[in-house]
Amino acid sequence: MTLTDERRLTQLQWLESEAIHIIREVVSEFEKPVLLFSGGKDSVVMLHLATKAFWPAPVPFPVLHVDTGHNFPEVLAYRDATVERLGLRLEVASVQDYIDDGRLRERSDGTRNQLQTQPLLDAITDGKFDAVFGGGRRDEEKARAKERVFSLRDEFGQWDPRNQRPELWNLYNGRHRPGEHVRVFPLSNWTELDVWQYIGAEDIALPELYYAHHREVFERDGMLVAVSDVSLPREGETVEKRQVRYRTVGDMSCTGAVESDAVTVDDVIVEVAATRLTERGATRADDRASEAAMEDRKKEGYF
Amino acid sequence: MRTLLRLATAGSVDDGKSTLVGRLLFDSKSVLADQFDAVERVSRDRGLASADLALLTDGLRSEREQGITIDVAYRYFATAERSFILADCPGHVQYTRNTVTGASTADVVVLLVDVRHGIQEQTRRHLAVASLLRVPHVVVVVNKIDLVDFDEDTYTRVSDEVLESARSLGLYDVATIPVSALAGDNVVDRSERTPWYDGPSLLTFLEQLSPVGDPHSEPLRFPVQLVIRPQSAAGEEFRDYRGYAGQVASGLVRVGDAITVQPSGRTSVVTGIDFAGQELDEAFAPQSVTLRLQDDIDISRGDLIVTSRSVPPVTQDIDGTIAWLADGNLVPGTKVLLKHGTKTVQAMVKVISGKLDLDDARLLPAQSLGLNDIGHVTLRLAAPIPAEEYLHARGTGAFLLIDAQDGTTLAAGMVGDALLDTKAEVEAVSAATVPA
Repeated sequence: MTLTDERRLTQLQWLESEAIHIIREVVSEFEKPVLLFSGGKDSVVMLHLATKAFWPAPVPFPVLHVDTGHNFPEVLAYRDATVERLGLRLEVASVQDYIDDGRLRERSDGTRNQLQTQPLLDAITDGKFDAVFGGGRRDEEKARAKERVFSLRDEFGQWDPRNQRPELWNLYNGRHRPGEHVRVFPLSNWTELDVWQYIGAEDIALPELYYAHHREVFERDGMLVAVSDVSLPREGETVEKRQVRYRTVGDMSCTGAVESDAVTVDDVIVEVAATRLTERGATRADDRASEAAMEDRKKEGYF
Repeated sequence: MRTLLRLATAGSVDDGKSTLVGRLLFDSKSVLADQFDAVERVSRDRGLASADLALLTDGLRSEREQGITIDVAYRYFATAERSFILADCPGHVQYTRNTVTGASTADVVVLLVDVRHGIQEQTRRHLAVASLLRVPHVVVVVNKIDLVDFDEDTYTRVSDEVLESARSLGLYDVATIPVSALAGDNVVDRSERTPWYDGPSLLTFLEQLSPVGDPHSEPLRFPVQLVIRPQSAAGEEFRDYRGYAGQVASGLVRVGDAITVQPSGRTSVVTGIDFAGQELDEAFAPQSVTLRLQDDIDISRGDLIVTSRSVPPVTQDIDGTIAWLADGNLVPGTKVLLKHGTKTVQAMVKVISGKLDLDDARLLPAQSLGLNDIGHVTLRLAAPIPAEEYLHARGTGAFLLIDAQDGTTLAAGMVGDALLDTKAEVEAVSAATVPA
């Protein structure tokens, strides 16, 4: 992005600068950071910011993907191509492995977003990671709206929302005891619209499913679910080919598509600016479960 | 060009902060349909006649159960002119530390007062926090004006009372607005029910606030976060690259500028300003960039690069004002860590010279500081830092006190006597001192 004459940052430049400052603080103050990378747009933007933060040096930490096994193939392909391009080390924590060897049991509804917590926490412990970058944004959800940029997790990976450290100025405190770790959210202050405007301004490539395309879908719980091995229509659910795009990317079996004709970044920006539904409300069955669904999962160590 | 404004709400419990925030979000059309449906559903379940907008911001289960705000909730909304980051802060005294959190990064504090009750202890405490943290603007929302039949005299009485209290805490540039957050009067649009009020609505006021800080008027301060040295990792072209990465805390830096590194005092000249492959001629606060220098001098994380035209002195003795945010008491002799910019050093509390009495903004003698106390201390550091008065340097005059054992953030600190008007009192009170 180019700067304006006026020596004042635009909102996007301000957010970018803040995020880069946060990422650099983590690399300076922690022994072993890792960045959660799913190929979803927020993690893509976060990784892009990391490449800018350390230029011309390479990104100085590995990335971790908690793989539900219910992936959109194009997102996995994007993940691998990005890791290859940037010369990063990719670690994968596989929910499928946990199910195969009995450490986790498949849920009755077959969805796996909530099964990610255990593999995530084990990967953090096994990798001895003391800082974990997440792409969570405060505008996503009301429990996330409460989260600090540096968010301490105890040795069980738990978040204690009632007892968070005060976070003052831009003086982030990453001190923690052995066994604890810190989740860090460089995109805390970004909105969905900011993310899209930044993707446009920086010309960042995304998995194609973020743009309108034709796909076989069926309606379930008011959401459009793609037909796949892990999400087959049940009795009474009709499959139709529709023009859709995804606003979020998660477990394929419980992430909904939205009808859209936004085929370019600019189209998406217009669409997001005009939408009347939140991205999670429109696309995530798991967050509709209860008023405190996200808070409960976060307390246990979820993203 | 759309700019960003950061605001923090403050005020006593039940003054209607969450309702006001909900109203701002709702009336500026920042509440999406599914969020509003959820609020309506819960309101109905509770037997309320209309949607309780406070539910939009109280995000934690325990907050909704108790109907109070415990921790800061960050919300985002935008108008054609501006984007806003709003920190909705709690009113209860035991959560004051969360208000300090919200206010530390705010450009403006929106302080609520219930027109029926006037100033409460928390109102004064939050005014003190705004003053202490040098939040550039304060606007007082005199709320629930509908409950006094939009009476001008009542408004004026409360407004005068608040302004008087603000002045005693060193806040002179304070606006007041009569508002009903519940009904929406003067929140987004001017209300017809307050014809005697000729100022702007709250949202218009926030849209028109002048932006804060001018890079031209402040000296360059650049805390070094890390040294970027790719060596062989980025190819032959960058084998000898050496850059100092950081975020400009204040002022402006140009290629060719003479700089000094504190605390070492070494000098050099800026030969390049890099940002992700782009070479810049200049950078200003709060840009994150990487500086290249002419000389290969010893610089590492924790150092401060400053303009050679204005070099802050380094010291191991800090007189400061702190807001104590931890459960235990602070007593002289306590050893802590002090984080200033990108540097963390050991520190010992030598003297506690008083604590602020919020009722009359005086400094009282104190032997210790407890949770939510604001006091003056003298610290001795294990290594020198370039300390500047917070009053003149919000960027480099701030510090944290941290518990060395468990890493807890203990206090928000400001170099110097952050509450100017109490300065005269400092000498007068008896001090609690560590025996030499």
